[in-house]
Amino acid sequence: MYMLDKALIGSRKYWSWLAFLLLLVAVGFVCYCWQLVYGLGITGMSRDISWGIYIGQFTFFVGIAASAVMVVLPYYFHDVKEFGKVTILGEFLAIAAVIMCMLFIFVDMGQPARVLNVLFYPTLHSMMFWDMVSLGGYLLLNAVISAVMLDCECKQVKPASWVYIVVIVSVPWAISIHTVTAFLYNGLPGRSLWLTAILAPRFLASAFASGPALLILLCLLLRRLTSFDAGNEAIRKLGIIVAYAMSLNVFFLLLELFTALYSHVPEHSAAFRYLFFGLEGKHPLVLVMWLSVIMAVIALVALLVPVLRNDRRILVLAAALVFGSLWLDKGMGLIVAGFVPSPLGHVTAYTPTAPELAIVVGVWAIGALILTVFYKIVTSVREAN
Amino acid sequence: MRDRLLIFAGLFVFVAIFAFPIWKGIAARTSTQEPELQLPAGQNKCVAPISYMRSAHMQLLIDWRDGKVREHRLHYTAYNGAQYKVDLTNTCLGQCHGSKQQFCDRCHNYVAISTPSCWDCHQDVSGKAATMVTAALPGRKP
Amino acid sequence: MKITRKNFLRMLGGTALVAGAGKFVKAISDAAQSPSGIPNVKNDAATGGTAAKRWGMSIDIDKCKKGCSDCLRACRSAHNVPKIPDAAHEVKWIWEEPYENVFPYQRTDYGRQDLAGSQLLVLCNHCADPPCTRVCPTQATWKRDDGIVMMDYHRCIGCRYCVAGCPYGSRSFNWVDPRPYIETLNPQFPTRTKGVVEKCNFCEERLADGLLPACVEACSEKALIFGDLNDENSAVRQALKSRYPVQRLPELGTGPSVFYLV
Repeated sequence: MYMLDKALIGSRKYWSWLAFLLLLVAVGFVCYCWQLVYGLGITGMSRDISWGIYIGQFTFFVGIAASAVMVVLPYYFHDVKEFGKVTILGEFLAIAAVIMCMLFIFVDMGQPARVLNVLFYPTLHSMMFWDMVSLGGYLLLNAVISAVMLDCECKQVKPASWVYIVVIVSVPWAISIHTVTAFLYNGLPGRSLWLTAILAPRFLASAFASGPALLILLCLLLRRLTSFDAGNEAIRKLGIIVAYAMSLNVFFLLLELFTALYSHVPEHSAAFRYLFFGLEGKHPLVLVMWLSVIMAVIALVALLVPVLRNDRRILVLAAALVFGSLWLDKGMGLIVAGFVPSPLGHVTAYTPTAPELAIVVGVWAIGALILTVFYKIVTSVREAN
Repeated sequence: MRDRLLIFAGLFVFVAIFAFPIWKGIAARTSTQEPELQLPAGQNKCVAPISYMRSAHMQLLIDWRDGKVREHRLHYTAYNGAQYKVDLTNTCLGQCHGSKQQFCDRCHNYVAISTPSCWDCHQDVSGKAATMVTAALPGRKP
Repeated sequence: MKITRKNFLRMLGGTALVAGAGKFVKAISDAAQSPSGIPNVKNDAATGGTAAKRWGMSIDIDKCKKGCSDCLRACRSAHNVPKIPDAAHEVKWIWEEPYENVFPYQRTDYGRQDLAGSQLLVLCNHCADPPCTRVCPTQATWKRDDGIVMMDYHRCIGCRYCVAGCPYGSRSFNWVDPRPYIETLNPQFPTRTKGVVEKCNFCEERLADGLLPACVEACSEKALIFGDLNDENSAVRQALKSRYPVQRLPELGTGPSVFYLV
């Protein structure tokens, strides 16, 4: 039923890729063991910046996981048949992304052996509890949907009607996982950068831009490496979705900047000034943020002009720029800047250390590994039919 | 037929390796020795019946821990009416069992079950122990 | 009796659903009984406490002597708080910060010149409505009936959500094993281990024995006054009436129990 055997037959390129990923996982694992022994002090986090790249990556990849809804919704609710081949890719991407999210949380824990305490002592007023519940549920939903859908395709039968109920549930659930993740941050009274109602819409907009952008890149990669072709219409429609979502995302950022900079309330603008101009001579994220802005602007121009968007190579560039820009903004900028200035006005710099980066790369490699195996199964099933 | 020798030799080696703990225990002559516990001097009553302490002291410790930290229950009334202040270092060790090395570790090392991570935070006040008397476990000849 | 795989899986799913729902209902009812999520707490009779106590502290910034560190050292040695040289990993329960950091955006150049740049004590405010206890996913930190915001180091998973939630920066995480950095070990009190969050506990273990907090007792100038904020006649209430008391960031609605007498 799980067709995992299809992942065991592959070309030399396939196995070399898997071996490379396993090497990255091994290095990350060794660094994690070091972190377990020494403590989280081997990372670049500090008393003032108590969340860093682990939580930043978690936030970004929750968005990727939620973005599956951008292909599921049109196909199952509105009969957009062009997405027929792509939905399974989106669902598998969601599974890989959710697993990466859970791993990023796990490596960030000070006492990981006790992580099940969140389930043993459910705390309904804590958003982190609900985050664990929603992510776990989303993983389960997508696992069921993709297993059933792929199994039916393999056997060339129509799926049973109950699975469509699961699909219907997965759509609001996808919205909820990223909303709950935003709620982690935007209910904290002491962190002015995050204490804004628009954080959840910002998260969703950037999710719906970066996820489909990644999906475009993956579809084109699969077209080059295998006989799997998602279809030009599907890719064109995905490009339109990225265009709209990215426009919304940039618009929301401009809204935030207006409130912060026009009101002259120092608390509101301090973090933005730190991000884009630096504070007290410390400006580690300024380059990152301006790069993100430049990438976003170029990507938006490429996406909003139809003649540019319809050019395959320009679309690839735009999708890569969107993904990169949002990865910098959400994965690196937003979380760290929420802690600057600290509640006592200190501006502390944060730079991830080498072991920290090795662990991050290890988690990426696990996600890539899962995705590769899943996509291998999908392409094998498609080729067989 | 020729392989019979090889097979039996291999089996013998396998059984020998598998039974290594038994050989080692017999050779070191440790398995017949009871762990020597040092019981508190001048005390003949315990927080709970000895059979309970032997089988379920971890339950008592968790009960004390959660009761003190989370429910502010600072005192414990034993089955015989005696009152004890809930405190791992100062009561369990300081008032009664002396030191982790001389009491807890003896049995734990013997059965090779490590003590839980309590000691990452709580302290073993070996220096401050009450005078100890080496005693056999009750019911056994000293 | 033959049972199909489909029916077996249905029964399994149904049982799991019912069991999960049961646990969920229990969790909700537990949470409904005590809104902050803590089990019903009864003060131990030995402390002589009644349920309506609210511990609080006033800090007289005029009496606080410049260059003195009696209270800081008393707290550190009483609770085995490590002294870690790397400022990124430091652990502190009570410490000093410049006036401009404690009360930001207040102008000091038009008024009393001695306030500018002066060092004020900061510590956990043991808020009436703490954001840190609201966000903790395991109830490893909670607000006790007597007002003290407690830490359970056994349950803490080290997620540092409470650190992000605290608007005052009162909480410290153990980034490394603290034991090598403890200057004078107090054998009567535990240390902590790496991977858990800690903060000032208003010396709740001393309060249980009827003693004042270590910092209050150590202060030679009697700048720190501690007591029951709900008792009109307590020393701390008298102190709060004597001068204008200021809280940190009152507009956030946290309700701090630590007041600064200006």
